[in-house]
Amino acid sequence: MQNQAEIKRLKNVVQQLLDEAGRQGATAAEAAFSIDNGLSATARLGEVETVEYHCDQGIGVTVYFGQKKGSASTNDISEDSLKETVKAACSIARYASEDEYAGLPDPEELATEFPDLDLYHPWEIDAEQAIDLAIECENAARHHHPAISNSEGATISSHRGARVFGNSLGFLHGNLSSRHSLSCSVLAGSGDAMQRDYWYSVSRNAASLESAQQVGEKAAQRTLARLDARSLSTRQCPVLFAAEMATGLIGSMVGAISGGNLYRKASFLLDALDTQIFPEFVRIHEQPLLAGALGSSSYDAEGVATRNRDIVSNGILRSYVLSTYSARKLGMQTTGNAGGVHNLTVESGSRDLESMLKLLDTGLLVTELMGQGVNRVTGDYSRGASGFWVENGVIQYPVQEITIAGNLKTMLRNIVEIGNDADLRGNIRVGSILLEQMAIAGE
Amino acid sequence: MPLLEQVKHAILAPSDLQIRNIDSIIATLLSTPVDVADVYFQSSHFESWSLEGGIIKEGTHSIERGAGVRVVSGDKTGFAYSDRIELPILLEAAKNVKAIVRHGQNAQTRIETAGSRPQLYPSANPLKSLADQQKIDLLKRIDSETRKLDSRVEEVMISLVAAYDNILVANQDGSLAADVRPLVRLNVSVILVEDGRREQGSMGGGARHDYSYFMEGDRALDYGREAVRQAQVNLQAEDAPAGNMTVVLGPGWPGILLHEAIGHGLEGDFNRKGTSAFSGRIGERVGSELCTVVDDGTLPGRRGSLSMDDEGTPCENTVLIEKGILKAYMQDKLNARLMNAKLTGNGRRESYAHLPMPRMTNTYMLPGESDPEEIIRSVKKGLYAQNFGGGQVDITSGKFVFSASEAYLIENGKITRPVKGATLIGNGPDVLTRVSMVGNNMQLDSGVGTCGKDGQSVPVGVGQPTLKIDGLTVGGTSV
Repeated sequence: MQNQAEIKRLKNVVQQLLDEAGRQGATAAEAAFSIDNGLSATARLGEVETVEYHCDQGIGVTVYFGQKKGSASTNDISEDSLKETVKAACSIARYASEDEYAGLPDPEELATEFPDLDLYHPWEIDAEQAIDLAIECENAARHHHPAISNSEGATISSHRGARVFGNSLGFLHGNLSSRHSLSCSVLAGSGDAMQRDYWYSVSRNAASLESAQQVGEKAAQRTLARLDARSLSTRQCPVLFAAEMATGLIGSMVGAISGGNLYRKASFLLDALDTQIFPEFVRIHEQPLLAGALGSSSYDAEGVATRNRDIVSNGILRSYVLSTYSARKLGMQTTGNAGGVHNLTVESGSRDLESMLKLLDTGLLVTELMGQGVNRVTGDYSRGASGFWVENGVIQYPVQEITIAGNLKTMLRNIVEIGNDADLRGNIRVGSILLEQMAIAGE
Repeated sequence: MPLLEQVKHAILAPSDLQIRNIDSIIATLLSTPVDVADVYFQSSHFESWSLEGGIIKEGTHSIERGAGVRVVSGDKTGFAYSDRIELPILLEAAKNVKAIVRHGQNAQTRIETAGSRPQLYPSANPLKSLADQQKIDLLKRIDSETRKLDSRVEEVMISLVAAYDNILVANQDGSLAADVRPLVRLNVSVILVEDGRREQGSMGGGARHDYSYFMEGDRALDYGREAVRQAQVNLQAEDAPAGNMTVVLGPGWPGILLHEAIGHGLEGDFNRKGTSAFSGRIGERVGSELCTVVDDGTLPGRRGSLSMDDEGTPCENTVLIEKGILKAYMQDKLNARLMNAKLTGNGRRESYAHLPMPRMTNTYMLPGESDPEEIIRSVKKGLYAQNFGGGQVDITSGKFVFSASEAYLIENGKITRPVKGATLIGNGPDVLTRVSMVGNNMQLDSGVGTCGKDGQSVPVGVGQPTLKIDGLTVGGTSV
């Protein structure tokens, strides 16, 4: 795409939507236009399996008639369609109730500085090259060990996109971004003993992806490690969440301190502000302006400026995660989190995974969780798990078909240590987390 | 207006695209020999309304159109899509995706095309079945009636959504298959508070119908009653036990066990690739004699039903497991061809922007002969699970998990205390072998299921009679 020309084209459309909303009587409006182009190729058993060309675009508009709100969206950007979409949003707003908290952010909250966050690194890769790379990745996995018996394939995917957001307070800004990934999933064993695992690498810059060889080998190693898994007897024991599982644990905490769940009183952390929810050594902060990171943005989904801030320090909850609406409902200020958190970072201790296993001593290392057994209202937690049984800091054998259970309130308070092996592939950056004790149910 | 004409009018007319234009796209795809070639046109209309804190908080409206172009050669697929239904763009897409064929074999087998099929649902736009003011009034009435049920009700959240899809599938043999799909859904969830303890309850339902579905009987208000009842039960619930025990599953929605533990493992793609725990097991025993499981897309008006799948194949009632013996997998065109199996009408896709794959429709177990009360009476100590949240399965190892949102202890043949936080975990290929009693009370769910696979969501149905499973692991906190 012609970068600046493309942003300009998108800005024109967003401005048209805002103008049209005004013409149709809206007292305020916000609109967004995003486009995404991508290519993905999957190889399986040494040959290409699928090639997909992605091409998406969409506009969305929200209008306010005083305190009444309506939204509409479409992927058809013809002039008639833009008018119809605004009309649909206006029609909904007329039927919506007056809501004293509804509306655009306060003008002084809007972002005014737009540093280059290094988010756009288009990858000039064509279908042939993508296929070759996918084959290389999958071959690395399949040839890693004779016990690798089958494959679900390796996939390369490359996306680039542009998004413009504007509102009737005069905010109008656009940015370009890219996202590339390489993933691989293979099987080992046969019949009832068959196991599968995967690995992936994702980055805004293709040059920072793990190599095809590395991704394939890691997928193979993870699969092999699961062979001959057993269940455990029902017991209580310490549990170490591998980094990629720890992100989910912190994610549940973020859900519970998110404005929408707080004002609905659907959270196990109601009224927890300024109280101890973690042990004293825990610090969690947001770093929205990290160069090149997956969750970086200088403004949130409403145009509100994001900023570096502490959410938890000394184990005490210092701030919620709020949008303009949820903040107003709670009588607070927005924290620039409409649409979610940006590079939420949990500070770690000095231990790597090996040293975390030593600290665990005897207990369960969890590497996969299944099912939705997390109750955000009560904090009750009970999920299917697989991983490894560890004794004296050494992995003994793989484990499957068990559940781990507890209550998130106690689980967070009972964190013993956080490893320095952070998983940087998502919006929550945290290392492995050791919990004092959880209930295991098995055979 | 005949269905095909209606769909042509909805999709092709706004783009000024003619049938002969579609033929030229197909011709481009077929210029090299391929096994499957199709163009999938879709026009979707969607709305949602939500009530919270006693007010109509927001609504959204969306219109999307687009087309997906696909070729399959052997096990290789090329795919491109566009939200602009314009001839030059679709021809360009066709040229791009055809490049995949160079890598493939040049086998050529014609797939049989869809014959005539019954329409399983009305073809009118459900968004227009009520005036906007009536939709608002319905939500407000559910809110006020639900709040009257219990003074401990603190919050009521209601959502009402409708979708209307026009689908046109142009196949390689020149045939056109059309479908018009309405879908409505209503959900009520409540939070009750007592002495500082907060518990949630929720209930919803829906169908391939219009909004009048919720006015039948007292259906809409019943959802509110049921949500409150569940929250009331949860307020009394104690910690769930942990360990291996006899589990009785209630009728209806707990059929999600079949969907997760069995159904996914019987989808053709996993079995063709040999990655499912059920691979190569047709003809083998995978359940007790009491278990017969079907995938039935032909039930009129059900959420998981389709007059045709997304490849234009009529949906069927497929027996997956008969008296415990594995009979068939669910297929789409690509996998049926490669497995030399017959099409079952399970080729589904989330939208024009996604590739079709084998997916379930309505998956359920046929009724048995036991009186449900007799089943409970036969259990000395165990768990009765009446309602579930979500579930998940590892297709390869067969391990599944799902969470009970309403469960009770069974003690000496009687349902006694409610328990919370019970998660069930087991192994797909053997869970049905442990089914020792099947009730005579088959029920389908209320129409809320959405199934996710490879990032694609499609509406599905589940169902079952009361089932007794000897020995399932329950994950609770009470060790």
